[in-house]
Amino acid sequence: MTGPLKTSAAHPPAQRRALILGARSAIAQAIALGLAQQGWDLVLAARRSDELEPVATDLRLRTERVVHLFEFDALDLDAHAGLAARVRAAAGQFHLAVCVFGHMGDPQAERADTAQMVQTLTTNFTAAAVCLAHLANDFETRAEGGIIGIGSVAGDRGRQSNYPYGAAKAGLAVFLQGLRNRLAPAGIHVLTVKPGFVDTPMTQGKEGMFLVASPERVARDILNAWRKGRDVLYTPWFWRWLLLVIRLIPERIFKRLTL
Amino acid sequence: MKQTVCGWGRHPRIEAEVDPVRDLEGVRARLRAGTGATIPRGAGRSYGDAALAGRVLCCQPLRHLLAFDAGTGLLRAQGGVTLEEVIRFALPRGWFLPVTPGTKFPTLAGCVAADVHGKNHHGVGSLSTFVDHLEIVLADGNLVTCSRQHHPDLFWATLGGMGLTGVVYAVHLRLQPVRSVFLHNVSVRTGDLADTCRVLCDTQNEFPYSVAWIDTLRRRGRGRGQVMLGTHAEDDRLAPLHPPPRLSAPNLPFNLIVRPGLRLFNGLNYRRQWRRRATTTVHYDPYFYPLDAVGDWNRLYGPHGFLQFQFAVPFADGEAVMATVLERTDRAAPCALAVLKTFGDHPAGPLGFPLPGFTLALDFPRTDGIEDALRAATDDVVAVGGRVYLAKDSIITRDQFDAMYPRLEEFRRLRRQVDPQGRFRSLQSDRLGLS
Repeated sequence: MTGPLKTSAAHPPAQRRALILGARSAIAQAIALGLAQQGWDLVLAARRSDELEPVATDLRLRTERVVHLFEFDALDLDAHAGLAARVRAAAGQFHLAVCVFGHMGDPQAERADTAQMVQTLTTNFTAAAVCLAHLANDFETRAEGGIIGIGSVAGDRGRQSNYPYGAAKAGLAVFLQGLRNRLAPAGIHVLTVKPGFVDTPMTQGKEGMFLVASPERVARDILNAWRKGRDVLYTPWFWRWLLLVIRLIPERIFKRLTL
Repeated sequence: MKQTVCGWGRHPRIEAEVDPVRDLEGVRARLRAGTGATIPRGAGRSYGDAALAGRVLCCQPLRHLLAFDAGTGLLRAQGGVTLEEVIRFALPRGWFLPVTPGTKFPTLAGCVAADVHGKNHHGVGSLSTFVDHLEIVLADGNLVTCSRQHHPDLFWATLGGMGLTGVVYAVHLRLQPVRSVFLHNVSVRTGDLADTCRVLCDTQNEFPYSVAWIDTLRRRGRGRGQVMLGTHAEDDRLAPLHPPPRLSAPNLPFNLIVRPGLRLFNGLNYRRQWRRRATTTVHYDPYFYPLDAVGDWNRLYGPHGFLQFQFAVPFADGEAVMATVLERTDRAAPCALAVLKTFGDHPAGPLGFPLPGFTLALDFPRTDGIEDALRAATDDVVAVGGRVYLAKDSIITRDQFDAMYPRLEEFRRLRRQVDPQGRFRSLQSDRLGLS
């Protein structure tokens, strides 16, 4: 429990700064607002970050915190080695990394076109892992910091409807688990978040979108879990139990189901 | 993606291609790429078919504040910002909406498109009074900033233009300074419609806010009720803000709003106050937005939905026409809620709704005969030079519309200029021959 206390969202010491990777999504922006309201300064990292100027202005107006925009391409894997240094140079020291970027491909198209599948796998797993590996090294050297990674309930069991996405998110969850284990002695906390269906442009209008949660609700859960030092968060809460049931179904039966 | 969409009245419902737009570039790209009838849509709080089309631009993600001058109260915000969010931001800083409709959930752009009015219209006019500039993405994808000085035709046509001139990307709104979240309310109990109208007219110069709730279900004393007269308190309490809705109405398979229940409610509500005059201090949330306390209250009307009919009539014939309309509609359906107030004489756009006189808003469950009754009522309104409010309409005919809005040609001319191909269209604009 020493980790989360160092970067507790409830009482951020002066000049705490959070780096949000993939700031374009609705969840990321809801997390950004929540953090800023709790006194965090922000670095919003995304591709074509200049288009996020209205988002940054909005956060500055509402919370009077310092908000930087930072140009960041998750798929430019080679550039991630220098990420921490470049963020520091542009915006100053940061103490929390929230990795939100992701890509929900079209599972039907991915069957025929594996290039599309590679993009799903790379964005959701490889890029996130490479990014966090470098940031983890940086935090470990400084013996401070914290990481929030966004997985998915889709990673808890492979289903025919979106297993490439699920596989990548499952990989990320294991990666975060390992990081947590490695960084715990250094007092650096790692939170794995597994959101259910969130009402974003990615899911809008799709069939069967029951149990959909708002990005604000998910962000609130994430910040609460961070404050309490939780390791794995399902949000909304009922997904933990729903997924428990789904994981308990024997494979012999599960393979014939259409979930 | 294909989705079922409807207005706040939950009728009609259509399958539409719903495109969310996330930023200015998104809006411009959609307009350049898309073909077919398109209408921008905000929170879906207009009652009828104004925000329905084969292709709907969902502008809710455009919900960022862009600038605020704490000295003058001038706010620049994206069109998808809701009134609720403006209050949440501005009120702790000592500023409030200069004009507000009876719900805090519509978007700023939606309020511009309907040029909404509030309980203070008699004194200050509608929202347009406080709009300095509008940033509009036209059908060709170009962003134009307009104001009273700059492209005034576009500016005025957009205020009340039901989204048919372009996508309102940003609104520059002058907020009003306030010193409290509370209001002082004087409530006057009235005996019948004539009494209600008289009290409303006599108190106009004394109070910034005035509105009347009336009981329309009684044969004797139809139109009795309470006139509520408000002023902002000045006690320097800028908290608490409004809570999120605690209750939410379920999706009912039947209509809960029936005459016996309404009669009971109206009787109890009327008897709450037994004195002629009562003074209270009320928080802004129950004062301006009593219905917002129950989330999704439109579901209480069941699967067939409901209609709101709001019209404005000149003072001279107002009382008589309102009495006729109440008699006529009462035969078709019980009126669940009736709200009466006065409009002042203020500048408006070519499709501006308010005119000096009375305005009456009536809610009805969608019964079989109600649409015909309301079209007949519209004829009564047209006969005295009155108007029906487009933000709530889904039933009036093109002929009725032509007779009600004398500056229509001005609007059509502007539209031919800024949208020559007729890209912006809604079910309403098709029905009324606006597109």
